[in-house]
Amino acid sequence: MSQYLFFTLSILTIISALYVVFSRNPMHSVLSLIFCFFTIAGHYVLLNAQFLAIVHIIVYAGAIMVLFLFTVMLLNLNKETEPHKTNWIKIAAVIAAGMLFLVLIASLKSTELGPFHLPYRSTIGFVQNIGIKLFTDYLLPFEVSSILFMSAMIGAVMLAKKEK
Amino acid sequence: MKEVATNYVPQNWYLLLSTFLFCVGIMGVLFRRNAIIIMMCIELMLNSVNLLLVAFSAYSGNSDGQVFVFFIMVVAAAEVAVGLALLVSIYRNVASTDINVLNKLKW
Amino acid sequence: MTDQILRDSLLITPGMLIPLFPLIGFLINGLFGKYLSKSITGWIASISVLLSFICTFYIFINLPSTGALHIDLFNWISYSTLNISFGFLIDPLTLVMLLVITGVGFLIHLYSIGYMHGDEGFTRFFTHLNLFIFFMMLLVMGSNYLVMFIGWEGVGLCSYLLIGFWFKNDAYNDAAKKAFIMNRIGDLGFLLGMFFMLFNFGSLDYAVVAQKALLLPVGSSILVSITLLLFVGATGKSAQIPLYTWLPDAMAGPTPVSALIHAATMVTAGIYMIVRSNVIYALAPFTLEIVAIVGVATCLFAAIIGLMQNDIKKVLAYSTVSQLGLMFAALGLGAFSSGMFHLVTHAFFKALLFLGSGSVIHALHGEQDIRKMGGLRKYIKVTYITFFIGAIAISGIPPFAGFFSKDEILAKAFEHSKVIWAILSISSMMTAFYMFRLVYLTFFNDFRGTEETKKHIHESSSLMTIPLIVLAGLSIIGGFIGLPSVFGFTHQFQMYLSSVTDASKELMKENIELNHSMEYILIATAVIAAIASILYARFKYFTKKEQPSEDIALVGFEKAVYNKFYVDEMYDTVIVKPLKVLSDLFLVLVDKLIIDLLVNAVAWVVGLSGRMLRLVQSGNTGFYVFAMVFGIIVLFVIRLLI
Repeated sequence: MSQYLFFTLSILTIISALYVVFSRNPMHSVLSLIFCFFTIAGHYVLLNAQFLAIVHIIVYAGAIMVLFLFTVMLLNLNKETEPHKTNWIKIAAVIAAGMLFLVLIASLKSTELGPFHLPYRSTIGFVQNIGIKLFTDYLLPFEVSSILFMSAMIGAVMLAKKEK
Repeated sequence: MKEVATNYVPQNWYLLLSTFLFCVGIMGVLFRRNAIIIMMCIELMLNSVNLLLVAFSAYSGNSDGQVFVFFIMVVAAAEVAVGLALLVSIYRNVASTDINVLNKLKW
Repeated sequence: MTDQILRDSLLITPGMLIPLFPLIGFLINGLFGKYLSKSITGWIASISVLLSFICTFYIFINLPSTGALHIDLFNWISYSTLNISFGFLIDPLTLVMLLVITGVGFLIHLYSIGYMHGDEGFTRFFTHLNLFIFFMMLLVMGSNYLVMFIGWEGVGLCSYLLIGFWFKNDAYNDAAKKAFIMNRIGDLGFLLGMFFMLFNFGSLDYAVVAQKALLLPVGSSILVSITLLLFVGATGKSAQIPLYTWLPDAMAGPTPVSALIHAATMVTAGIYMIVRSNVIYALAPFTLEIVAIVGVATCLFAAIIGLMQNDIKKVLAYSTVSQLGLMFAALGLGAFSSGMFHLVTHAFFKALLFLGSGSVIHALHGEQDIRKMGGLRKYIKVTYITFFIGAIAISGIPPFAGFFSKDEILAKAFEHSKVIWAILSISSMMTAFYMFRLVYLTFFNDFRGTEETKKHIHESSSLMTIPLIVLAGLSIIGGFIGLPSVFGFTHQFQMYLSSVTDASKELMKENIELNHSMEYILIATAVIAAIASILYARFKYFTKKEQPSEDIALVGFEKAVYNKFYVDEMYDTVIVKPLKVLSDLFLVLVDKLIIDLLVNAVAWVVGLSGRMLRLVQSGNTGFYVFAMVFGIIVLFVIRLLI
């Protein structure tokens, strides 16, 4: 059952990801990336990380992608006027990515995967567990990331502000 | 155990999927000249890594991996906020989001 | 035994304080000299030396002549079997040197306050002077050759700094460089000697070296080479043939420097070093022969040159070289304590003579040419009297200091070889002659300078005359520390040093005591010869009122002597010029052709590759990403293949 679900989700993920790259209209790219993120959230659910799946949808689909969408609309890029690269560069890009894929697969094949526990321990994705981890073991990175966020926010406002 | 195993997705498949997604992201970066699309491809790459982390976390029964995903999300959000702000100000100056226009910073 | 430990523990503190005071003086004047007034810096420097003198004197009184004080400060170099500690050794020999350094040094410091008054480098002068005293103390107090070497190099440095004290004059700077380079040649010998010692004995400690050397046969090649190399160092520092030419030029420095460094203390370092290593020298008779020959030759050679010099300080400089030659001759004859004795008395009267000449120069506002002096006796009485006493002392008229020490050496020379005795006696006569030539030309007859200078002649301040008077007193009575046994006294000085020199004395059993009548004859001869030369000088320069001829009027031998036998010119032709030609050759062949080519080739390759690689930096982001991905691929492929 979960294998079939995995296949379906994976195919959807791959197709939407490819469409992000190959679509000529930036708006379509954005929409298909949102779709891609939803399928990834589906994968998370499949892996028993329900809380993460929800956060993923809120942060990525809700916040980040909306930001992208706004930018595309703000810059009025909803056209197919984007200058494209020459054909041989495109071919080179595809070949390079393919080579990287082959090489990665080849190197990953030789790695040993650690012993895994079946069935999944369904509790690890609970809010409680992740919360405890986050506020005990990872308290310092958590606080530091809040500072990072704040500086990013200030930076974004400073940069996007119109110069007088 | 064998019957149970057929009901579960082998770990290798996640490896394969996220590698593929990562390569698609790379390809996008190489392929496109629009800076926004390139940033989106970077998001794609980050997500492929997230997926793998969650998979490893689930298979090893340890929630550390999921915590890492949180932090990656934090970094990604910050990056997108700053990156898009940069893009907007660049667009204001050169009226384009083509990265090849921005080749003054050389030699 | 417990008494000794108790006594030593009481003496260690003053022992460590001795070198500390000048160091503190140096640091205060060197670091804060700017903020202090001139007179204070001078007094700080002088008092630091005085305090050292007091400490030295305290130890001198409390340490018996058989004792030696060891102060180990810390373990300096420790490597496998090699152990060199940084420590001090205070024994009678060191104490004699220390008393001379601090005693004469203090007087000269005092004198300098008056002499350097009004010089813009006043503070710098005293800073360097204190540093010199500190290094000189390290030299004589070190418990091994390496500590001695630190002092050895340090005094060389201070000598360089003080010769070139008036660094705005290029000729003075050249003199300073000459002194430094000449000393370097000697120092190389010293260094090699130390390496030899380390290699053969595994230690640089005086006691250990002497002990191990005694195990070797007399005249073994190891000992001969070590002693010869050390002697090369001594010829450099103590201005002996062939490295003596720097000392006359070193008179470029202020006169107190000439008195302290180039007459009383630093130049005697070579003698101290040989006396300190008397055991290994006694075991190498061949080296002693060389030392004696070099000493005798220097003594005669410098005395001859001294006869014709017209610069008041140059005469004294050649006299110093000559007297040092006399000391080396004594060492070469195995009379170590006699050499030290002459060192002490020489320090008194030569410092006196230099300070006196400084007073004369001061009175004449920088005039150094004796042809432009004369008749000064009426104007500067104290200087005249003290200078006269110094001249008598160096000439060897009893009972002044020089007589006893010189006579002792002459007696030893007579025992050893009549030829050496004859040469040394002739040199002594010459010394008496040129010293009184100096005295008569400077202080007698009429003044030969301009009227303008004559008006301004004045006696120096009491700060300068008091040291002169004290040194004159020492020049009169200094000889009594070593009254010869022929008059029925015990030789105090020799007794005092016996713990140091006894070991070598046993090795050299050839000491035959002269019979007393012979010794009386020798003394009478020496005194009569000295008086005769003085009278001849009086006749020539006082009665006949002769004057040294002008430079151009000289011919033949006199001209050669006046020009110092053209030794400088000879060194220039034989060593400097060929070296210059050789280095010019290397400049063209090696430097320009090979090294420049290599360097330029490297620069060209770097430039070319830079020009090529610059093209990669196109500014095209897409290309950069491509390069990055390609790099990742290559990395993975490599990882897979290996």
